[in-house]
Amino acid sequence: MGAEFVQLSLTPILIGTLSAIACALPGNFLVLRRQALIGDAISHVVLPGIVLAFLVTGSVGTWPMMLGAAAAATVAVGLIEAVRRLGGIEPGAAMGVVFTTLFALGVLLLEQSDTSRVHLDVQHALYGSLESLIWFDAEGWASLVDPVALAGLPPELFRIAAVAALVCLLTAIFWRPLKIATFDEGFAATLGIPTAALGLGLVMTAAVAAVAAFDAVGSIIAIAMFICPPAAARLMTQRLESQIWWSVLFAVVSAVAGYVLAGYGPLWLGGQDAVSAAGMIATVSGLILALAARFGPHRARQGRVRRDDPQPQSR
Amino acid sequence: MTNSALRLVARDGEALRRDHSGDALTITGLSASYGTRPAVFSFDLAVPKGSMAAIVGPNGAGKSTLLKAALGIMPRLSGTVSVLGLPLEEARDRVAYVPQRASVDWDFPARVIDVVLMGLYRELGLLGRLKPEHRARAVECLARVGMADFATRQIGQLSGGQQQRVFLARALAQGAGLYLLDEPFAGVDAATERAIIAVLKDLRAAGRTVICVHHDLATVTDYFDRIVLMNVHKIADGPVETVFTPENLQAAYGGLLATAQIEGLAHPAG
Repeated sequence: MGAEFVQLSLTPILIGTLSAIACALPGNFLVLRRQALIGDAISHVVLPGIVLAFLVTGSVGTWPMMLGAAAAATVAVGLIEAVRRLGGIEPGAAMGVVFTTLFALGVLLLEQSDTSRVHLDVQHALYGSLESLIWFDAEGWASLVDPVALAGLPPELFRIAAVAALVCLLTAIFWRPLKIATFDEGFAATLGIPTAALGLGLVMTAAVAAVAAFDAVGSIIAIAMFICPPAAARLMTQRLESQIWWSVLFAVVSAVAGYVLAGYGPLWLGGQDAVSAAGMIATVSGLILALAARFGPHRARQGRVRRDDPQPQSR
Repeated sequence: MTNSALRLVARDGEALRRDHSGDALTITGLSASYGTRPAVFSFDLAVPKGSMAAIVGPNGAGKSTLLKAALGIMPRLSGTVSVLGLPLEEARDRVAYVPQRASVDWDFPARVIDVVLMGLYRELGLLGRLKPEHRARAVECLARVGMADFATRQIGQLSGGQQQRVFLARALAQGAGLYLLDEPFAGVDAATERAIIAVLKDLRAAGRTVICVHHDLATVTDYFDRIVLMNVHKIADGPVETVFTPENLQAAYGGLLATAQIEGLAHPAG
């Protein structure tokens, strides 16, 4: 592992790992709030957002794309809330309706608009192009301390690093209110915690993570990382504090192992080409979840109380 | 009472008639609804400090809604709330709320002590450091409800009665002046019911105020000194001796209780 690794593999692995962490952290709370689908929803509505941003600005620059995606995510969150309230249906159903419709709209827009001369297609949106985020200027490990070479790092790396740092910071600062409001929203409100704003903030943080991950690695990783590492982590522990660390560990393992397996796995099996790194990372995270579901120490739900004395809640 | 105060009373109704400096909870003109159906309508209430009050009424009478709307957990259509003479928002440190235990998911990854420590949030704030003395206080609150041995137990392993005690311990950790409990005795074992009522009576003895949504008419006179009878509207509130009458129960429950039942409750034999 030398110059070639640094040039070809180091940055994709870093970007994949940071994307996985940025999505897995808010994913812990989304899974516990039964809102995990929101990650799926946001990752899908990013597509119409970036197509519209391209149609309006005529550029595929990063900022128009990011703003378009963020705007679409905001619209989607508002629409989900509106469908849920006006239709009086559960959040999952509202998300399903909104994100499939908006994603379909995005596909139609993409087909009808003239995007042939730019790199904008559904495949790119889904798988991203992790493998292409290489570090041309690197000549070996020494490049890590070479300012000239460092300037040539893919810009995606800096963006996802900034977002991952922001997500970590927000999780640390709002840890207590998030934990209390996720467990017992009514009690949290009596403590003066603004539960509605906190819930919206969580979803918007997830949206920022999804958009940044989309920019770097496509939406498949985002969708998988919102759900698989936190769900697997929940099966490993009975404390939220340790669940967070397990989820980060699983996210990192998925990203690194997924990237390596995608690059070398087919060769080991006698195949010719590498497979999609994004697809393999998501697959590894699913495998980890399957293993945790089979062997995790806390995999049995404890729902004993609810089964023994069903206690319909009255209002 | 001055003339201007009297005019206010004429306009704004009963809750203003009294001097409220001695009240733990004052609710004026509170209305709340689910959709278009009013659940609580134009509710006035004043509960004096140091009392132990039951909120009583039939299913769907809006008892829990009254608590939730008063505490800002669900939106109020109208009404003002003050706690120990302060507007609610300035009195968050003085109120402890115990929700129905069925309102949360007990599979949440937390141990018993983690839940009790949530009661210290106002004190610790966002980033305040959790010190050994905080843990010691949480364990002490658990001891008061007989759960000290369960501190490191996963909450999903508790029975219904134990869950209720943990919720009460969390409220004790808040060190509040006013305790609002939503059906603390629902579906708990007899030992838990005795333990909870003992703790609540200790709170009253220490000058705190306790208000419970309560379902069991048979125990109202044993447990409480005040009663609030409601069915969307307020039917009556005051000391148990004067309010817990056949006429008031009839008004609150309508045809839901047999007349003989009501007579038996309000005038227990012996």
